[in-house]
Amino acid sequence: MNVATPAAAPEIKAPSRFQQIKPFLAPMLITCILAGGQYGYGILETNEQGLFFGLPGTAVAIIVSIVFELIAVKFLSGKWPHLASSYITGISVGILVRSNIIWYYVLCSLLSNSSKYALRLKNRHLWNPSNFGVSMLLFFVPQDVVPLSLQWGNHPWVPVIIMSLGVIILFTLGRLHITLTYVACFCLLSVLRSQIAGTDPITEIGVLTVPSYLLFMIFMITDPKTTTRTWPRQIVVTIAVAIVETILRLCRETHAPYYALFIVFPMANLLEIWWENRASIDAGQKPGPGGR
Amino acid sequence: MKLTKQFEQPVNSTLKQVVMIVIFLCVLGSVFAVRYLVSKPADIVTQGSEDSIKRYGFHLEEVSKNVGIDFVHERPILDKKLEHIMPIVAAMGAAVSVVDFDRDGFADLYVINSGPGSKNRLYRNKGVDKAGNPLGFEDVAEKMGIADLNRPGDGACMGAVWGDFDNDGYEDLLVYRWGKPELYHNDKGKGFTRVTNIAGLPKWVNAGSVIWLDFDGDGMLDLFIGGYWADDVDLWNLTTTKIMPESFQFANNGGRRYLMRNRGFDKQGKWLGFEDVTEKMGITSKRWVLAAAATDLCGTGYPDLVLAIDYGINEFYANQGGKGFVDKSKDTRVGDRPKSGMSVSFGDVYNQSRFCIYTTNITEPGQILQHNNLWVPEPNRTGDKLRYKNLAEDLGVGKGGWSWGAQFGDLNNDGWLDLFLTNGYVSADQNDSYWFDYSIIAGQNSSIIADAARWPAMKGRSLSGYQPNCVWLNRGGKFDDIAAAVGVSETLDGRAVVLVDLWNRGVLDVVLATQNGRLLVYKNSVAPANGWIQFELQGSNSNKSAIGAQVTLYWDDQAQVQEVSGGSGYASQNQRRIHFGLGKAARVERAEIRWPSGKTQTITAPEIRKLHKISEPT
Repeated sequence: MNVATPAAAPEIKAPSRFQQIKPFLAPMLITCILAGGQYGYGILETNEQGLFFGLPGTAVAIIVSIVFELIAVKFLSGKWPHLASSYITGISVGILVRSNIIWYYVLCSLLSNSSKYALRLKNRHLWNPSNFGVSMLLFFVPQDVVPLSLQWGNHPWVPVIIMSLGVIILFTLGRLHITLTYVACFCLLSVLRSQIAGTDPITEIGVLTVPSYLLFMIFMITDPKTTTRTWPRQIVVTIAVAIVETILRLCRETHAPYYALFIVFPMANLLEIWWENRASIDAGQKPGPGGR
Repeated sequence: MKLTKQFEQPVNSTLKQVVMIVIFLCVLGSVFAVRYLVSKPADIVTQGSEDSIKRYGFHLEEVSKNVGIDFVHERPILDKKLEHIMPIVAAMGAAVSVVDFDRDGFADLYVINSGPGSKNRLYRNKGVDKAGNPLGFEDVAEKMGIADLNRPGDGACMGAVWGDFDNDGYEDLLVYRWGKPELYHNDKGKGFTRVTNIAGLPKWVNAGSVIWLDFDGDGMLDLFIGGYWADDVDLWNLTTTKIMPESFQFANNGGRRYLMRNRGFDKQGKWLGFEDVTEKMGITSKRWVLAAAATDLCGTGYPDLVLAIDYGINEFYANQGGKGFVDKSKDTRVGDRPKSGMSVSFGDVYNQSRFCIYTTNITEPGQILQHNNLWVPEPNRTGDKLRYKNLAEDLGVGKGGWSWGAQFGDLNNDGWLDLFLTNGYVSADQNDSYWFDYSIIAGQNSSIIADAARWPAMKGRSLSGYQPNCVWLNRGGKFDDIAAAVGVSETLDGRAVVLVDLWNRGVLDVVLATQNGRLLVYKNSVAPANGWIQFELQGSNSNKSAIGAQVTLYWDDQAQVQEVSGGSGYASQNQRRIHFGLGKAARVERAEIRWPSGKTQTITAPEIRKLHKISEPT
C-alpha cells in the first residue's frame, strides 16, 4: 500500500493547508485504526521473548520499512524520501501478518519494500508492496505466518466507523471509485458464489465487514503507485480483481483477495505499459518513463 | 569525456538496480532460511520400544484391547436445525476420569459417552496377577447404576469428576452434561445412589467443565460448574438458531458459572446439599468455559481458580481467603489476549516449587496461529503481585494443533515433568477442509456469527482433523515433541487425557478419550534405572479426598511441587495419587505436605520406589 502524493503543481503556487496535509490522511487513518484496534481489542501480538526488546511485530515492521526506505532511496537517488508510503507499507504488513516469530515481520517488511525497487519496469513497480510481501509469506511459510484473523469486537459499528472514515479520505484522494467498484462487484459476485456453493448470501457479503477486508479495500487496492493510470482502467482492473478473487474463493482459497491482487495488478500494469508504449510509438514519440 | 558522462549515469543506475535485485533475492532467500531454522523437525527416528526407552527413558504402547477396553465414544445428536454443522457443535463429550471407587488399591476409569441412549462405562481395574501382569478391566457401570445417563430429555454427558463430598472415605461422582447435572453417592464401593434431588444443583446447565475444590477451607468439597452454551438453550429443542458465540474472541453470551458451596451436615448428621454462592463470591462473567482447574497459586493457602475460555480471554480468579474471588486475569496476564481456551493444567516445569499454567488453543498452518500458552510465574512475585510470562514458544510447547486436553507428568521418571497434549477437532473427509468456510464466519460481526443458520454447511469436510498428539519431553526446562518416537501415533480426535499408574508399577500410564472414537490406553515402559516415589493422601480436618493438598518434594538440590486435583485438563481428572520421578537419585531429602486445612506436615527421607499412604494429622 502506498499513499497518494500530490501531483506536481504546473504553476509555482504555495500549496494550500489542505494540500499540505493530504499526503498524511491515509497514514493518519491507518494509524487511528491500529491505535483503536489495539486499545479496544489488543490486536497486536506481543512476542514475550522478542528479539527487539519485546517490541510488537507491528512496530518492528514499521521501523524496518522506514529504515529500508530511507537507505534505499538515498542510495538510488541521493535524496531523502517522503516516508508516508513506507510507513503505510510497514503498518499494513504489521497489521495483516500474524506470526509468533518476529523475524517474519522483519522479512515481510523488507520483502515488500525491496520488491518496489527490484521488480520494476519502465520506472514503475508492478506489485503493491505490502500485497507482494504478505502474499509471498502466506504462500511459502503458512506454518508460521497467517493473515489477520483477530476480530475487532464483532460490533457492527466498528466496520461502519472504519468504512466511513475510509470513504471520506478516499474521496479526498480521488480513489473512492475503486473501493466502490470493488464493493459493488463483491456483493454481486457473492450472490453468484452463494448460488454455486449453496451458501447464505448474507454470510458471503458479510465478509466485507471483516477487518482485514476493510484494510484491503481502503488501502491495498487503491494504492496510487500500482493502480493503472486512468479512471476507467482502474475500474476495469478492480472488476478483474473481484472476478479472480471469486474464482479463487470458489476454489476454496482462504487468502483469495491477496492472491487475486497479486495476480491481477502486475498483469494490468504490464498491459498498460505495453499499451502506452505502443501508443507512443504509433504517435511517433519516444516512449517516456512509465510508458508515457 | 562527454561520451563517458553520457554512459556513466545509465551504468550507475543499472548497477544500483542490480544491487536492489540482489538485496531482494537475499531477503527472499532469508524467508526460506528462517523457515528451515525455526521449523527444523526434531530427530524422532527410533527402532522400536527398546530404542525409545534407551533414548528417551520410556515407551508407550496402546493396549486397550489387550486389557479388555473396547469403548467407542458416540457424539451427541442435537436439534435438526444444527444438522448442517453438527460435527462441530456436537464435537465434545469424550471424557475420562480416574478413581479408585472400591478402594482396592487399583485405579479405575470412568468413561463418558454422549450419544442418545449410549452408556457410560466404569472400568473396574482387576489389578495384576502374581507375576505383575495386568488382569484387565471389567465394565461395572450398569451394575453400579451409573451407565444409563444419556436418556432423552436429560441432555448429553460431557464429563465426570470424583470427590468425596460427604467425607465418608469413598469417592462420589458428579456427572455433568449439556443438560441436567447428576450427583451420585458412592455406597462404599458396592453401588451408587442418585442424590441429585437433595443436592441443590442447578436444574439445567450446558456445562463445559466441572471441578471439585474446597474454596473456603471448611473441609467440605465444593463444586465449580462452568457453563458453555447459554443456560436457556436446550440443544435438542431449539426455538432459535441464534445460539452460537456472538464473537470468536469476545463472546459474552455463554452459560453462567456456578460456585456451589457444600453446606455440610446438620446436627442430626443429615447432609444439607449445596448452595449457590456464585454472585456473592464474585464470579459473574458469561464467557464460554471449556475447562477449569484450581490450586493455590497466590500462596494464600486457598485454591485460586483458572478457567480456559473458548472464544475469549482466559480467566484467573484469586481466592480472597475463602470469602470471595477477585478477577486477576489481566493483572496476572493469563487473560491478556483472547484465544480459544480448551484446557488448563498446572505443572512445576522448572522444579522451582512453583506451578506454571498450561492452557491450550488452536493452531492451524495458514489459518490461525494462536499457539498454546505456558504461563511461567515471574520470580519474586507472589500473592497480589503474582504475574506470569508466556514462555510456551521459548520452551517449545507452543505449537500443537487444534489442541484439547493436556496433562503434566513425569513419563520417564527422570525428575522433570513432561507434557502430554492431544489434538484434532473433526476428522472426516481427508481431502476436503472446512477451514475456508470457517474463515468466512470467524471474522464477521455478531449478527452472522451468532446465528447457526448462517454458517456454511460442513458437507462431510474435516476441520483440523487427523492431527497427531504431542508428547513433550522435558529436558530440564526445554521440551521436545517425541510422540511418534515413543509410540504415540494415533490421529483420532483427542479430547481428554489422564495420567495414572494403572498397575501400581511406579510409572505413569496415559489414557486418552477421543471424540467419536476409541478410548486409548497407553501402557508405559520406563527405564528401570530411574527412581520414583508416590503419595496417597487422605484428609481429616481437610476434605477426605485431600483435593487441594500440595506436596513439595526436595531432592538433589531441587524442589518439585504437585497437587491433588479435583479435575484439570479438558473433561478429565488424573489419579488422586501424586507421582514424582526421581531420576538417578538414591534418596529424597524430604516431602512437605500442605493440607487444604492449612496444616503442614514434613516427612523426612521417605523411602523411594514406594507408595506412601499419608493421613492428615489431627
